[in-house]
Amino acid sequence: MIRFEDVSVTYDGAAEPTVRGIDFEIPEGELVLLVGPSGVGKSTVLGAVNGLVPHFTGGTLRGRVTVAGRDTRTHKPRELADVVGVVGQDPLAHFVTDTVEDELAYGMESLGLPPDVMRRRVEETLDLLGLAALRDRPIATLSGGQQQRVAIGSVLTPHPGVLVLDEPTSALDPAAAEEVLAVLQRLVHDLGTTVLMAEHRLERVVQYADQIVLLPAPGARPVVGTPAEVMAVSPVHPPVVALGRLADWTPLPLTVRDARRRAEPLRARLASLTPHTPPGAPGTPPHTAPVQGHPDPAPSPSTSTSTSPSPTAAFPRLRRLLSRTPAPDPIGPPERSTAPTAPSTLPAATPVAEVAPLAEVASLAVRRGSVPALRNVDLSVVPGETVALMGRNGAGKSTLLSALVGLVAPTAGSVLVGGARPHRTAPRDLVRRVGLVPQEPRDLLYADTVAAECAAADRDAHAEPGTCRRLVDALLPGVTDATHPRDLSEGQRLALALAVVLTARPPLLLLDEPTRGLDYAAKARLVSTLRGLAAGGHAIVLATHDVELAAEVADRVLILADGEVVADGPTAEVVVGSPAFAPQVTKILAPQQWLTTAQVRHALAALRAAERERP
Amino acid sequence: MARRGPSARGAGDTHRPRATHPAHPAHSPRRGHRSHHLHPLAWWLWALGLGTAASRTTNPLLLALLIAVAGYVVATHRTDAPWARSYTAFVKLGLAVLVVRLAFAVVLGSPIPGTHTLLVLPEVPLPDWAQGIRLGGRVTAEGVLFALYDGLRLAALLICVGAANALANPARLLKSLPGALYEAGVAVVVAMTFAPHLVADVQRLRAARRLRGRPDRGLRGLAQVGLPVLEGALERSVALAAAMDSRGYGRTAEVPARVRRTTAALTLGGLLGVCAGTYGVLTAAGGTYGLPVLLTGLAAALAGLRLGGRRSPRTRYRPDPWGVRASLVAASGAAVAVLLVLCEAYDAAALHPGVVPLTTPDLPLWPAAALLVGLLPSFAVPGPPPPAASAPATTAAPTRTPTPTPATRVAAPTVLSPSKEDA
Repeated sequence: MIRFEDVSVTYDGAAEPTVRGIDFEIPEGELVLLVGPSGVGKSTVLGAVNGLVPHFTGGTLRGRVTVAGRDTRTHKPRELADVVGVVGQDPLAHFVTDTVEDELAYGMESLGLPPDVMRRRVEETLDLLGLAALRDRPIATLSGGQQQRVAIGSVLTPHPGVLVLDEPTSALDPAAAEEVLAVLQRLVHDLGTTVLMAEHRLERVVQYADQIVLLPAPGARPVVGTPAEVMAVSPVHPPVVALGRLADWTPLPLTVRDARRRAEPLRARLASLTPHTPPGAPGTPPHTAPVQGHPDPAPSPSTSTSTSPSPTAAFPRLRRLLSRTPAPDPIGPPERSTAPTAPSTLPAATPVAEVAPLAEVASLAVRRGSVPALRNVDLSVVPGETVALMGRNGAGKSTLLSALVGLVAPTAGSVLVGGARPHRTAPRDLVRRVGLVPQEPRDLLYADTVAAECAAADRDAHAEPGTCRRLVDALLPGVTDATHPRDLSEGQRLALALAVVLTARPPLLLLDEPTRGLDYAAKARLVSTLRGLAAGGHAIVLATHDVELAAEVADRVLILADGEVVADGPTAEVVVGSPAFAPQVTKILAPQQWLTTAQVRHALAALRAAERERP
Repeated sequence: MARRGPSARGAGDTHRPRATHPAHPAHSPRRGHRSHHLHPLAWWLWALGLGTAASRTTNPLLLALLIAVAGYVVATHRTDAPWARSYTAFVKLGLAVLVVRLAFAVVLGSPIPGTHTLLVLPEVPLPDWAQGIRLGGRVTAEGVLFALYDGLRLAALLICVGAANALANPARLLKSLPGALYEAGVAVVVAMTFAPHLVADVQRLRAARRLRGRPDRGLRGLAQVGLPVLEGALERSVALAAAMDSRGYGRTAEVPARVRRTTAALTLGGLLGVCAGTYGVLTAAGGTYGLPVLLTGLAAALAGLRLGGRRSPRTRYRPDPWGVRASLVAASGAAVAVLLVLCEAYDAAALHPGVVPLTTPDLPLWPAAALLVGLLPSFAVPGPPPPAASAPATTAAPTRTPTPTPATRVAAPTVLSPSKEDA
C-alpha cells in the first residue's frame, strides 16, 4: 500500500538530509507505528506519504514513494486526496468549515462524489466515530477529543485506503485517547484501512501496532519489525517494556495484560517490600526534606543536601543556583493559622501547623462566559510538594492554574498565593511568588536569540544579569547564545521557558501540560529537573494528561471533573483505584502500590543486596 | 483499490453493524434538524429589505420599530453558534455610530438652523482657510435631534446587517456560489476566520506577558506581542493550507482545450461588456447602447462562469433547498422595502419628521403596519432546535469509564442508538 524506496529528504538550506535510507513497505490493512526520539524526521516521513514533502514544504526528495501504486513525484497532495487521509498534530489547523457535518463532507465535495453517496457516508461516519449527537455543533465549541475525532472522520469519509496521523493522542486525556485509538483499530480491522501514525506516548499505542518503524537517530536508517522485536532495542519505549526488560521477560510483553500474566513471580518477590524507595521520588513523604530544616521556600544548602541527596545529585548546579541566596520574601509570612487542607498527605510526625502553605485556594469558583469552569475548589500547596492536576479535557485544570497566577479572577471564593491575591497583584511582584509555564512554552519567548531572551528575563525579574543564562546552562547544557528559540526542539523550548520563569525565583511553580510533544528522553530530563526543584523547596503544581509523568513526580494527585475536585490524595492511593489514571506499572503490579519502574528497580537492587549479605 | 469505486463500496460496508443503516431513512427525525437551516440567501434578502426600508425614513419611532422587528426575529431564530454572536457586535457598533454622530453634531456644530439653545461650548477660533468649519459654539436642540435621527438610521442599517449575519452562517452562503467561484469563496471565508484567531492569539500572548512580569495592559504591551502573533498566524495559515491541499482543495477536472478557450473568451468579453455598458448607462451620451451592452456582457460573463464550473469537479453536500419558507422570508423583506418606498412617495412628511420647528414625531399607521410584515419569518420559519441538542460538552461526552476493551465501547452506542430512535 505504501512503499518507500531508499528515500532521503534534504530541506532547502540544510547541509545534511533530514532522513535517509528510508526503505520499507506497508501492506494493506496494517497499523504501523513510526517511533523515535524528537527531531529524527518522523513528520517528514509522514508528510512524504501524501506528497506534502516535497510538493508543499520544498526540499529535495531522493528515491521513490508510492501509495496505492501512485508515485508522489507525479501526484500532488490534492491528487492523492482520495487515497491518503492526513491528520496533523493540531486538529484546529485542519478544519476548513465550521460545523461537524460540513467538515465531514468537505473532502468528499472536493473529490466530486455524488450527493447521495456523500449523505450516506456522513451518516456512517457519524455513527462510526460516535459523533451523531454533535452533527450540528460548531467545531469551535467541541472538546479536544471530539475535535480529534472530527478531524479523523473528515479524512475518513472519502474512504481513503491509507490514514496518516501525526500524534493523534498527545493532546488528549487518557479516556479520549482510548476512544480515538479504538476507532483506528476498528478501521483497520473492519475496513482494512492502512494506518501509519507517529506517537510519542507509546504506552497508549504500542499494543495496537502490527509493525513498528523505528528511526533511532537523525539520519540513521530505520529499523522495521514487529513491536516486540523493535521495542527490545528501541531507545524509546513505554514503561511496560521497561519493566519487561528489567525483569528479563521474553518475549517482551507489550500490553498490561501480557505483563500481568508474567508478573506473578515479580509480584511475589516484591510483596515484602513497600514502594518507599528512592528518596525524593514519589512515595516519599513529600514534606520531610524542606520542613524539617526550614519552613523557608529556599532552604540553605546544608540542610537540603543532607536530607535529600539523590535527586539533587543530578542537578548540582541548578541546586546551587536556586539556593545560593534565599529567595527574597517580600510578601511577609502568610497567615499560619490556616492548616493545609490535605492532612492525609502529611506524615503524622510532621508538625503540620508549622508548614505555611504557599498557595491557598478556598471554595473557588470561576465562570467563563456563562459556563462554570470551576466550582467550589479547595487546594493548598506547601513548599516541597508536587501536585498533579488530572482530569479530562475541559475539566478546569488550566483554569485552576490561571486562577493561581491571576490570569482569571475568581467569581467566588478566594485565591491566595504567598499571601497575595494574584489577580490584584502587579505582574512584576507576582512573578516572584508564582511562575507558570504555559501549555505552549513559545508564548513566553519573544526574543530572537537565547541570549536576548535571558537578558530580558533578568530585566523582567530584576535579577542580577546572568541569572537566567546560568539556569539555562543547568537545564539545557550546550545551547549557544545565538540560537533562535524557534529552532529549539519542544523539550529544549520547555527548558528555556522554565529557566525564564525560574529567573524570578518563584517558590510556587506551575506547569500546564508540560510533556506534550516530548519524547521519553526529554521527559526524563524534565522529571529530574522537577524533582530537583521540589527538593529545593519549590512547590510544583502541574496539569497533565500524562499518567506516567504524574506517577514519576507527583506526591499528590487532584482529579478534576466538570470543575470540581473529585479526588485528592497521595499519588499511589488516587491512581491505584482508577483504571484511567493508573500508570502501567501500577496496573501490572496491582494490588501492590508501585508506580514507576525506577521504584521497582530500586526495590529489586535493595533485595539483591540484602540477599547477598544474608548467606 | 477496488473498494473505492461506488459499486464496490458495499463490500466495506457489510462489515459494519447492520443495525446502523435503518437508522437513517428519509423520514428519520434527524432530517428535521437541518431544516432550520433556511436558505441563507433568504435571510440576507430579508435583512437587505429591512435595511432598504431603514434607509428610507428618519422617523425615530419607525426606526425603533424596525430595530425591534429585526431584534425579535433574531431572538427567536438565532442559534448559539459563534457566528450568531456577531449580532451583539453589530448592535454595539450601531450604538457607537450613533454616539459618534451625536458627538460630531455637538462639537462641530450642525448646519440645521435652530433657536432652542441647549448649551454653549467655548468656540475655538479657526484661521480663515478653515472657513465653514466650526469648533464648539452653540449647540441647538434641533441640530442634536437631527443628528440623532440620522445616527439612528445608520444604526438600524448596521443592525439589519448584523441580523443577517446572526441568522445565516456566511460560510453557508458560499454554497450558493457558482462552482467556478467556490474556491475563491473558500479562500475569502478562511481569511475572514483569520481575524477571530488573531484576536484570540493577542489575548493569549498578552496573558503570557503577565507571566513574564511585564504589564499586560497598555499599547506597548500590544505592540510587543505583534510579531509573535503574526508569526503564529502565518504558521497556522501554512498548516491550514497543507491540510486543505491534502484534502483535495483545488483539484481540477480535465476539460477540452476548446471549452477552456471559450470560457476565457466569454468571461473576458463579458466583463468588458459590463464595463462598457455601465459606462454607457452612467453617461448621458450612451443612453441608447448602454443597457443592451450591459445586459449582454452580464449574460456572457455568467455563461463563462457556468462553463468555468466544469473545471471544478466539486459537488455540493446537502445544499440548502430554496423552499416556500425561503420565498416567504425573502418576500417579506422585499415587501417591507417596497411598501416603505411607496409610503415615502405617497407621504414623505410622515417618514421624515421635521426638526425645524421642533415637533414630536408621530407614528404613521400605514408605514408601521408595513414594517410589521418583516415579522413574518418568526411565524413562517420554525426556530432552532432546543438547546438540549447543542448543550456544552458535559452532555455530549458521557462519563467515560474506561474498560479494557475499548473497541466494544465505541461500538456499543453505534448499535444502540438506532434502536432508541426506532422506539
